[in-house]
Amino acid sequence: MKTFDYVRPTSISDAIAAAAAPGAAYLAAGTNLLDLMKGGVIGPKRLVDVTRLPGLDLIERLPDGGVRIGALVRNADLAHDPGFAKSYPAIAEALLSGASAQLRNAATVGGNLLQRTRCAYFYDVASACNKRKPGAGCDARDGENRLHAVLGWSEACIATHPSDFCVPLVALDAVVEIEGRTGGREVALEAFHCLPGDTPERESLLEPGDLIVALRLPGEARRFSAHARYLKVRERTSYAFAVASAAAALRIEGGTIREARLALGGVAAKPWRARPAEEILAGSRPDPAVFRDAANAALGDAKPSGDNRFKIELMRRIIVRTLTSAAAGTPQRIPALPASPFSSVSGALHDA
Amino acid sequence: MNLPISLTVNGVRRNIELADPRVTLLDLLRERLQLTGTKKGCDRGQCGACTVLVNGRRINSCMALAVSHDGADVTTIEGVARGNELHPVQAAFVAHDGLQCGFCTPGQIMSAIGLINEGQAGDDPERVREGMSGNLCRCGAYAGITDAVLDAQQSLVQKSLAQKSLAQSDQRRTA
Repeated sequence: MKTFDYVRPTSISDAIAAAAAPGAAYLAAGTNLLDLMKGGVIGPKRLVDVTRLPGLDLIERLPDGGVRIGALVRNADLAHDPGFAKSYPAIAEALLSGASAQLRNAATVGGNLLQRTRCAYFYDVASACNKRKPGAGCDARDGENRLHAVLGWSEACIATHPSDFCVPLVALDAVVEIEGRTGGREVALEAFHCLPGDTPERESLLEPGDLIVALRLPGEARRFSAHARYLKVRERTSYAFAVASAAAALRIEGGTIREARLALGGVAAKPWRARPAEEILAGSRPDPAVFRDAANAALGDAKPSGDNRFKIELMRRIIVRTLTSAAAGTPQRIPALPASPFSSVSGALHDA
Repeated sequence: MNLPISLTVNGVRRNIELADPRVTLLDLLRERLQLTGTKKGCDRGQCGACTVLVNGRRINSCMALAVSHDGADVTTIEGVARGNELHPVQAAFVAHDGLQCGFCTPGQIMSAIGLINEGQAGDDPERVREGMSGNLCRCGAYAGITDAVLDAQQSLVQKSLAQKSLAQSDQRRTA
């Protein structure tokens, strides 16, 4: 690990001033940052420790029925907050399906948004990577790329965004609150992450010094709490990133879907909101043919970026499965294996 | 750069001068405080061998910068027994053969203590397995580990119930 200057500001304005300098990076829990630094993938000259900034660790109810989540709230605390988990069950399930209990106890919600791709060529400093070194090329294109993007990728980069948490967040219209050198602003999470295009090194709208201070969910997002699920296929049952995942939230009245939300994970450089699918679902009855149509619409623009054609059909099936589970109703309690499509009963059928 | 920090480690206040900001909590425990019970496995947050409790919560000490944890209360495997009396989780690992080579065991035990404190898994073996998935055991002692955690969970629940009823009968006596 390259050495760095360490500063621990106690006000947001001091933090922004310290982090606006070239080569500076914010440190919260560091569960991704330190990993990248140990691997020599990044080498910040200065770490600005934000863990002592006041007021960023609160979960606050808003007058409109929504919720404001401070950027330093730990993943586990948010997932286990009873009021939050009841109102936004798919978000709680997504959080609990990610990483391990130890990492969830440390990792913050702000950091989750800013975690870097797990593309092996990004991590391997001996490989060419346009994200790590603009213009260097992309060794993933002709490499082991079965887990790479099938939506929104470019010739320059086929990496995916690894977050589970962001998938239901983007489905439910989460907003990111940012403080920066010129004051505060807010951005819809859907617009926060960038697709790679010719500049895969630019991953979000953040400018130097910008600090995520909170996430906000609108009150309307609670209307989906009775029919909301997150499902995630992994290469092992627990403690693995998504091969592909989906968050589905439905508002069902009198046997008809009045409103639908659908977002996909593990398939693009950003959490992928599937609006064409939502349009098909709204006004329809929740049945398998409609779900299959919605899945086809969601993957309409998908194309393999390498040896990953299977992910397109896998994603369609996960969408159908997630919509089916959401239509059946949010479980009383998050399952023992959060977001797993597999039964937790040993020896049972996988779809029991 | 000289960075003075203060930690409470297993109940003892320690004032430490860090000459380098790169020191992880894991390296501080092992190299500066000679608390080598906490193990360095992958050093990348993947294996759980370095699990300790910070302010009562289990975390990977390899992925924590020591300087950022100034003021924290840290519990390691060295701090869980009372004299010669093993912690109930330690005793359960012995009783259920929850180990073979033993390298991952301090992390497993600290993680299990954290899991039981969190109160989410209860007596459901599947929830225990899921809650312990951040701790790898290359010997494959998982069956014994799960049994040990379930057993310890039960004995700790019974202990706390017994304490509660004792406190209630004390209350009745004084009432």
